[in-house]
Amino acid sequence: MSGLVQQAAGIGTEAPALSPASAALAAADARHRWFVLGARVVVGIAFLLLWHVASGNWIDTLLISSPEAVAGRLWRWLIDGTLWFHLSITLLATVLGFAIGSAVGFSTGLLFGRFNTLADIFDPYISALYSIPKIALAPLFIIWFGIGIESKVAVSAAIVFLVIFLNTYAGVREVNPLYINTTRIMGGGQWAVLRHVIVPSAAAWVITGLKVSVPYALVGTVIGEFMSANRGIGFLIAQATGLFNTTSVYAGIVVLAVVGAVINTGLKHFESWVLRWRP
Amino acid sequence: MSISARGVRKLYVTRRRETLALDRVDLDIATGEFVAFVGPSGCGKSTLMNMVAGILAPSEGTILHDGRPVTGINQRVGYMTQADAVLPWRTARENVELPLRLRGVGRAARAAKAAETLAAVGLTGFDNAFPAELSGGMRKRVALAQLLAYGPGTLLLDEPFGALDAQLKLVMQELLLRIWEKAGQTVIFVTHDLGEAVTLAQRVVVFSARPGRIKLIEPIALPRTGRDPFRTRFAPEFERAYSRLWEALAPEIAREEEVVA
Repeated sequence: MSGLVQQAAGIGTEAPALSPASAALAAADARHRWFVLGARVVVGIAFLLLWHVASGNWIDTLLISSPEAVAGRLWRWLIDGTLWFHLSITLLATVLGFAIGSAVGFSTGLLFGRFNTLADIFDPYISALYSIPKIALAPLFIIWFGIGIESKVAVSAAIVFLVIFLNTYAGVREVNPLYINTTRIMGGGQWAVLRHVIVPSAAAWVITGLKVSVPYALVGTVIGEFMSANRGIGFLIAQATGLFNTTSVYAGIVVLAVVGAVINTGLKHFESWVLRWRP
Repeated sequence: MSISARGVRKLYVTRRRETLALDRVDLDIATGEFVAFVGPSGCGKSTLMNMVAGILAPSEGTILHDGRPVTGINQRVGYMTQADAVLPWRTARENVELPLRLRGVGRAARAAKAAETLAAVGLTGFDNAFPAELSGGMRKRVALAQLLAYGPGTLLLDEPFGALDAQLKLVMQELLLRIWEKAGQTVIFVTHDLGEAVTLAQRVVVFSARPGRIKLIEPIALPRTGRDPFRTRFAPEFERAYSRLWEALAPEIAREEEVVA
């Protein structure tokens, strides 16, 4: 009925802002978005309910704790400062590792991408390095840098470095030579070509690398903290595991999941801003 | 003379074989002249143009631009190809400003020049659009505005309108002719469209099938200025030039077919 009224109103007006068909399409879109959002919430609540019911009834509480206990533990940590005390050091190590690894990886990627001979020489070594599980380096870094934050930064930087390096390298090799030639003809030197053509062109690859390496950076730090530390979320989880305190283990895992999701969301926004020129 | 080719040869060497792309090419192009290169594919017409741009080096012989030999990238030319070379991550205005920025022009002067040239190619109001948001013809207009902005005395155009549909092509030819009449650049226009060559150029150079040699240079008897791409094709001079060029070109195309087959 209201659709008919709208349609009737549309006739005779100069330029209706939205035709009934496209209005219907927009409404269907909105309905779909709300449905997805609602379904997500339902799935989350169903999971928590299942967990709650299973705990103590079907599975030993010692193994899976319970959602209310985990929430309570998180709340206590938040109140007494435990959370921030451990989270701050994990975040700092992750961010430092991420920053150092991506800066070094990006610059070497650019360098190797521009100088083929260099890439040819180092190719087998990089392949070998790539196939090492980087986690295997963690004990070595602990010997080198001690049990402080430095060894965790080193582990995550090593992991992030390789991902960013390889992605930047691939991105530089993919640059359309026509863009380079025309920019040089227009008056650009090596620096101008690097800045206006190569870096923006490789940006898509680099950002994909950044997104992939965020969880790696976190993993690197946490692994380092598992092995030997006296602070950090990884230490908290390892310590709780030693005491069979599954509630704290789950609480630590939840913190890590939230941190990873927050960083990834930030990167997604950064990506859509940097690559806004894409259709 | 604006551009001279002296005994130019170009040999492409790959592991498998050597290909002679251009052989003993001598050509003089006067300042302000509009010359078109036609020939079968692989005849080396783009190769010769890329040598003038300094992207490729001749295997033998020299290219002179304003009396000086071209030895590296030639920054005194404007260059435009069939493939879009406007940078996709820069807006229309940022693309037009790029050559000015590379030449050290200040921010305000750049903005003014960009607005002026975008208006000259009919793109007012699209300053902040990225190339992906523009049509193929509009991207060609951005590339033209870019050339106008820094005003090189020589334009090297390699099938610039090759990817456009027939009507749009005529519109862009018209725009190019008006730009050329106003600024009087030296133009090399590579095309496989004989009608386009006759419509635009004062002289048409026909290249033979590989190895590319100059087979014929045909002066076009149409008036230098005031040509209309929509109408010149009905002029008797157009027809005469077209059929003479076609007689020279047709056996070369047939020969190219044989080589490929």
